[in-house]
Amino acid sequence: MPDRPTRRERYERARRRRSVVIAAISTIVVVGALIVLVPLTPGWERVRQAFFDGDVFVETFPGLLDAFWLDVKILLWSTPPILVVSLLIALARNTRSPALFPLRAFAVIYTDVLRGIPVILLVFLIGFGVPALGLSREWANPLIWGSVTLVLSYSAYTAEIIRAGIDAVHESQRAGARSLGMTSSQTMRTIVLPQAFRKIVPPLMNTFVSLQKDVALVSLIGPVEILRQAGIDKATYANFTPYVAASLIFLALTIPCTRLADWALARQRARTGATTIA
Amino acid sequence: MRRSPALRRIIPAITVGALVLAACGSDDDSSDASDTTDAASDAPVDSGVTDTTAGDCAATIDEGVLTIATGEPAFYPWVIDNAPESGEGFEAAVAYAVAAEMGYEGDAVVWTRTTFDEAIQPGAKSFDMNLQQYSITPERAENIDFSLPYFTSNQAIVALEGSAAEGATTVAELKEVKFGAQVGTTSLAFITDVIQPTQEPFVYDDNVGAKAALEANQIDAAVFDLPTALYVSGVEIEGSAVVGQFPADAGGTTDQFGFVLEKDSALTSCVDAAITTLTDNGELDAITQEWLADFTGAPVITVE
Repeated sequence: MPDRPTRRERYERARRRRSVVIAAISTIVVVGALIVLVPLTPGWERVRQAFFDGDVFVETFPGLLDAFWLDVKILLWSTPPILVVSLLIALARNTRSPALFPLRAFAVIYTDVLRGIPVILLVFLIGFGVPALGLSREWANPLIWGSVTLVLSYSAYTAEIIRAGIDAVHESQRAGARSLGMTSSQTMRTIVLPQAFRKIVPPLMNTFVSLQKDVALVSLIGPVEILRQAGIDKATYANFTPYVAASLIFLALTIPCTRLADWALARQRARTGATTIA
Repeated sequence: MRRSPALRRIIPAITVGALVLAACGSDDDSSDASDTTDAASDAPVDSGVTDTTAGDCAATIDEGVLTIATGEPAFYPWVIDNAPESGEGFEAAVAYAVAAEMGYEGDAVVWTRTTFDEAIQPGAKSFDMNLQQYSITPERAENIDFSLPYFTSNQAIVALEGSAAEGATTVAELKEVKFGAQVGTTSLAFITDVIQPTQEPFVYDDNVGAKAALEANQIDAAVFDLPTALYVSGVEIEGSAVVGQFPADAGGTTDQFGFVLEKDSALTSCVDAAITTLTDNGELDAITQEWLADFTGAPVITVE
């Protein structure tokens, strides 16, 4: 009995098959047109030589991959402090006690100023400026101050995302929790924040992907990471292929990250019973 | 019923995968095809130039005018006061001398500014020839044309007083030094290939970054070509000095500067002829003496 599809199921399956066929055909047409048309342009040969040189690619790829490890390390050690600092800033901005006004004011100034200054300027200012105050060689390390810069800048962005998430949790949730006798901090911890974080997974991932690329700005104050290595290789070969290679390496990190986030989110929607409307 | 959602997801994936494979496969074919068409379309252009004009020297982007590019800003002592039009400064003077040999004088020489990237990007160029201390290397020559060299440069070390690099007379004494250099320069390759220090060098966009890093105690010393090093230490970085220079052929490679031209430019042989003449008649030496005589003095560091 269960193996026999109903008429409606048969119909829906046919519709789906039809969509798949249409999607496949349109993809073939678009991609096919690109493959055929781009090489016909008069400058294609020069572009291919300058951006897609196989020899240069093979020659530089291992070094780039090696340099990328530094990006990953900076990313890994910068992310936890960014989350902690941004959460603190968001919570500070959400306090309601009149006595804590200075804290709220600080949080507002922190986000306004650090979000408003281009990261590249902050990198120079903090990366060269702070060590020049007279730090020892170990503490003058640009990796330290480059990472500090990323934490400052990205925690300001992330704090605003978290704040938006907190604001998006309906006031009745708070009211309900308080009426059950929870303290204000219990309410925040067990009722508001869990719901808030669920809402902000996509923007958080978005910021994380953005950070993955901005890590390269640390190279401006000395360390040779992948983009700098690509720049060195570019100058060596007078060829832009190393940049293409570096882009591919970046994509190998960023695409799985976003897919993972999408997957986690979809799973959660399924679990919490949210329905999808086509 | 259970299977269809999975199938629905897999079919597009397979389609796209197949397309990508197809794209990779057909790439060789199509590029071969465009290779031949390109070669075919190149030929008439070349012959057209030689047919209709008095020589290769006329094949400029703007008729009757030679457009020369340099950096923005152009640095002392290569160009004085960032004004190449004055002909003051070593590279400005060389450019005018070469242009004169090619038959362009006075107003027939026009200046423009480019970055390194603009000089090597594919497509139409905004200049006929470009000079901003471009080192001639075989790898680069695969993608751009170089003229014959107009200058041979030594590498030199700039350090602040009390630096670990101070007083070094051999490369062996520099192994423990933390170096910095500008991206894309021969100086950087010199550090990694010839000095081979135990610590990885730091790399900066420009002199200014290296200067800030010296002051921030992040590096012990920076490497530049000698004229730049003498200028940087004398004018830009207070309390610094050139602690040593390397012989021109140190490490088996000679750092020579040449004009950059578009790959397979018809002008290249003409520029080469001009530089050969200037070298043979001693004019290039005279220009070097005039603008760079003060830029040669520094203790020599031996390589092995």
